[in-house]
This record gives sequence, structure tokens and C-alpha cells, in this order.
Amino acid sequence: MKKQLFALLFALVPFTAMAAPLPPQPFSMTPDISDEASLQRGMQLYTNYCMGCHSLEHQRFSRAATDLGMPQDLVEENLIFSSQLAFNDQMHIGMQPGDSVNWFGVSPPDLTLFNRIKGPDYIYSYLLGFYRDPSQPLGVNNIVLEASAMPNVLEPLQGVQEMVCTETNRPVEGAELDPLTGMYQSCEVLQVTRPGSMEPEEFEEAVYDLTNFLVYVGEPSRLQAQAMAPKVLIFIFIFGIFAYFLKREYWRDVH
Amino acid sequence: MANPNKAMAEKGIMRWVDERFPATQMVQDHLTKYYAPKNFNFFYLFGVLALLVLINQILTGVWLTMSYNPSGEGAFASVEYIMRDVEYGWLIRYLHSTGASAFFVVIYMHMFRALLYGSYKAPRELVWIFGMTIYLLLMAEAFMGYLLPWGQMSYWGAQVIISLFATIPFIGPDLAQWIRGDFLISGITLNRFFALHVVALPIVILALVVLHIIALHEVGSNNPDGINIKDKKDEAGKPLDGIPFHPYYTVKDLVGIAIFLFVFAVVVFYFPEGGGYFLERPNFEPANPMVTPDHIAPVWYFTPFYAILRAITFDISFLGLKAEFLGVLFMGGAIAVLFVLPWLDRSPVRSMRYKGWMSKTMLAIFALSFVVLGVLGAIPGTPIRTAVAQLCTVLYFAFFLLMPFYSKLEKTKPVPERVTG
Repeated sequence: MKKQLFALLFALVPFTAMAAPLPPQPFSMTPDISDEASLQRGMQLYTNYCMGCHSLEHQRFSRAATDLGMPQDLVEENLIFSSQLAFNDQMHIGMQPGDSVNWFGVSPPDLTLFNRIKGPDYIYSYLLGFYRDPSQPLGVNNIVLEASAMPNVLEPLQGVQEMVCTETNRPVEGAELDPLTGMYQSCEVLQVTRPGSMEPEEFEEAVYDLTNFLVYVGEPSRLQAQAMAPKVLIFIFIFGIFAYFLKREYWRDVH
Repeated sequence: MANPNKAMAEKGIMRWVDERFPATQMVQDHLTKYYAPKNFNFFYLFGVLALLVLINQILTGVWLTMSYNPSGEGAFASVEYIMRDVEYGWLIRYLHSTGASAFFVVIYMHMFRALLYGSYKAPRELVWIFGMTIYLLLMAEAFMGYLLPWGQMSYWGAQVIISLFATIPFIGPDLAQWIRGDFLISGITLNRFFALHVVALPIVILALVVLHIIALHEVGSNNPDGINIKDKKDEAGKPLDGIPFHPYYTVKDLVGIAIFLFVFAVVVFYFPEGGGYFLERPNFEPANPMVTPDHIAPVWYFTPFYAILRAITFDISFLGLKAEFLGVLFMGGAIAVLFVLPWLDRSPVRSMRYKGWMSKTMLAIFALSFVVLGVLGAIPGTPIRTAVAQLCTVLYFAFFLLMPFYSKLEKTKPVPERVTG
């Protein structure tokens, strides 16, 4: 039997963050928007799994292509699925808000600025935090957003994740340490009980890429800002040195 | 009638100009023959920095206006359009949004300098009052500008502030509606705030800046010793402790400007959100009148006054005053009392260097309570925090209202004849 009792949570986070009751954002990630390959994979995941419902109203395909180093023809062939959308268009969706409210109860939010509202840890934790819950209308719940209306669209990749009672050797807030075994008992541990098409580590990386892409989308100019900043700062620094010596020269005769 | 004694260029184009416009005379009056005390320190930099930030706000503001759409339907998207599709739009917008916070940083330092060295005291009362009026209008300017991105915090922040006017007895609700131009904050409010933010207030602020500087140059600059340099002049009538503003202070200010710009650029390029204090997270969500954010906090530069507002939790029933309106009165009073500062200070000396221990202690307590109020105004209230805010509010007002007594009672140190180091 494969590591069925693999607790995904444990593989990912500093364990102090793992608590019962679960804190809203138990997983954290450090975005790296200079990692083009990661952003490209993230965009691929986004267009394949998310863009059915979530638009990026302010993000153009063409801008992403330029920023992420993707040729136009590849983007058009592999990332634009709607005949209504062209390379220079923003990443609109076809789903009508009226329909989505009927289907899910809420209209899926536009995600262009989602990272700037919630931060990367929220997105990352949310995407890793789905678990089966028969009491919910869609059969899944989420540790970040209780009773989330979103189905776990990444389940084919992740596999079936459930919240189980198990033992762990890592401290769990609110759980008591068993002095004999040195283990903690917790009933809020997420674990993959039926594997998906990806290994857990692989899935974690995919979610990282997807989150990373949404970080990029929130502020594409960050790339330009980071490229420009050192030049501007060096210029101001050198200007400051000249200004300082000029001042010293003039002030020589002030006593 | 032209002034026969006015400075004229010898020849050339400047001579031609000077015969028609007092260009050379003005340059001399305000730069090359404006004598400033030679002992200005670090605190004297913030005036010129305020001018620099003002110019930054006007220039970036003009360019933002070219792509901004002042309507309830289009405002939010047009800001993102500026951030993404306009060439260097992100830079222009961050310069403007960071500039707003920088403006208040330098203005607060500039005002603190005045408190420290008594720059508001006679004969500079009008310099101070013009400056205070600029500060008041700057708060209005910043408040109206903050509505324009039309995010959640723009909307609900404006909602909170405008509803303050509604607490005024009798006329309040009508007044608030008159300000909004609608029954709730809407595109109509956005449009009028846009007009006031980009046209009306900047014109008035610029005019007041001119008045502030003319009044200052009429009486001459104060200095860290708080003594009058015009009392000691050489044979030619130049103050012995004065040096021409240009070139001495222009080159000195350039160094300060470089240091300021370096810090400013680091924020603009790397931390434009200012940790959520310059650009608040909820403001990346479009304004939604149906959903109230969990925690509404004004931008950091308003938080001391917001904390005073929230600190007033009691009614004065025999006068028929409700806590909400009292809070507004205290908040307004906290700003209004600054205007009369020149007449509250009855010390024979200007500078804190020669004032007694009571003035020094009171200024330190005041500065500390202002900072604590600023922190408290940014975070959700609890009973303990409210009690601390009430204490700080008392200390804030004590600094001003007790000033006529402690500034007169205390023993001051002798003031030197000439400026020191």
C-alpha cells in the first residue's frame, strides 16, 4: 500500500501553523515572478482548469505572452480556447453571471486582482485545502473558505483528499500529546486517500505555479519595476554624491 | 508706476525683460538676496521636500487624468488600464499614490519643526495660518483623491467620513446629502470629488503655497535658536548670521532631495502598497454598496484624528449632545486648535532649546500621543484601546490648552546673541 496516510499538510508547511481548529491559511508560498517556466505552467493550468468560470478582465493574453516569453502562435494554439477571443484580448469568459448564480449560488469572482486582495498564501492554501464533505451541495468543503461554493476542479490531478483522524508526531494546536507514543491525535488532518494523476509533491508544485501566475496577473508591472529600480536608484545615488560635493564646495566659505 | 530702485540686469534680453517685468528683482528677493540663517538643520529640509512632492503630485496627476475615467462604471477599470496598458502608467500611478503618503510624512515633519523651534510665534503667525490652511485643504484633497480609484475602501471610507457631517444637529442629514449629491455615495459623488480633486483644491492649495512663501520671505526664516538674525547686520545691511538662500541652501537642499528621492524610489518600485497602509488591500476590489468590508480604516495620515473621533464614547445629555457628534467636534477641535497656536504660546523664547522642562515634556508627550493615536486609529477598537485613545486625546488637548500656563510659568534659558552651530 502506498503512503496512503500521507498527510499533505505536513509536507508543506511549518508545523506550528498546523492547528486544530485549522487556521485560515495553513500553507504558505513565496512567489517568484521571475520564474518564467513556473508562470507559463501556471497560465496553462489557469486556462485549462480555472478559466471556464473565472475571468481575468484586466489581463491580456498578449501581455502575458510578452512577459512570460511565449510566442504568439503557441499561445493562440494552446491557451486560447474560445473562438470569441483574440490574442490581444483580455481573458474574458463566456459564462453569463445569471447562469453561474443559478448553478453555484454565486458568480465566480474575477481573479485579476485576487492576489492583491487576499495574498498568495490564501490562494495557495485554498487550492490545497479542498476535502470531501458529503454534507456540502457539491460534496467538497474547504479549510480556508468554509462551505465554499466552488467544486474541487483540480481533483483529477490531486486525487481525493479527505479530512481524517490520525496520529502525527508534529505538534497540533489543541491536540494532546500522548506521552507513551510521543504522537498527537488530530481529526483535522488532510490526506489524499485516492491518488490522482499527480504525485502529491507534483500537485503541490502545480498549485505553486498556478498561485505564482495569479501573483503575476495581479501586478504585471512588477516585472518592469524590478528591472527599472536598480537603474533609478543608482542614478539617484550618483546624483546625491555630486550634490554632496557641490554642497561641500559652496559651504567652504560659511563660518 | 515702476519702482525706480528695482534691480535691473545690465544688458541683453534680461534687461528687456526687467524693463517690463521684475524678474531680476524677484530672483534677488526670493533667492540670491534672501538671507536665511546659516544654522538650519535636518528639520529645515521638509519645506522644500513638500514643494517637491507637490510638484510630483501635480505632474503625475495631470498624466493620470489623461487616462482616468471619472464614472461609477469606468473608474475602477480605468485605474487598472493605467496600471497595465498605459506606457509607464504603473509608475505614474505609484508615484502619485506614494506621493500622497510622502506628502503627509514631510508635512508632519515640517509642522513638528515649527513646534520645536517656535516658528509659529510672532512675527510668523500668518506663515503658520497659511500653512495650517494648506494642511487642512491637503486633507480634503487626499480624502477626495482616495475615492477616485473606486475600490471598496474608497467607497466605504468616504461613506464613513461623509456620514460624520450627518451627525451635526438639525442640518446634518441634509448637509451629507448635499455633499454626496445623492442619497448614497454614487457616480455623482465620484464626479464632483474628481472635479474638486483635480481642479478646485489644487488651485487653492497652489495659491496658498505662494502666500505661505511670500509671508515667510517678508518676515524671514526662523532658525533652531529661534532668534532674529536681522537684529545683527553688517555695514551693508546684510544679516551677520544670514547667507543667501541661493546658492547655499539650494545646493544643500539638493543633497536632502537626493536622499529623499532614494527612499521614495525604493517605496515606489518595491513597496508601493506600503504594507497595506498606502494602498489598502480591500481597495483592489471594486466599490460595492451592498458589501461592507470587515474593518474600515482611513489611510494612515488620518488615523490620529479618527482615533480621537472614536475615543468619544459618551453623550453629554444635558446639552443634548450625542457621542457621535461630540466625536466630530473633538476631531474638528483637534485640528482647529492648531490654528490658534501662535496665541497659546506665551513663552518669551521661541526655540525648544531655551524653553523650560515643562514645554519640552509637553511636546514629547504630545508627539507620543499623536503617534499612539495614529496606531490606534488604524486598528479595530477594543475597550482597552478606547481607554488609551481617550487618555491620548486628553494629552493631545492638554498640550495646547495648558500651553498659556506652562509656557509662561516655566523658567527659560538665556537666548544667545548670535546663532549657535
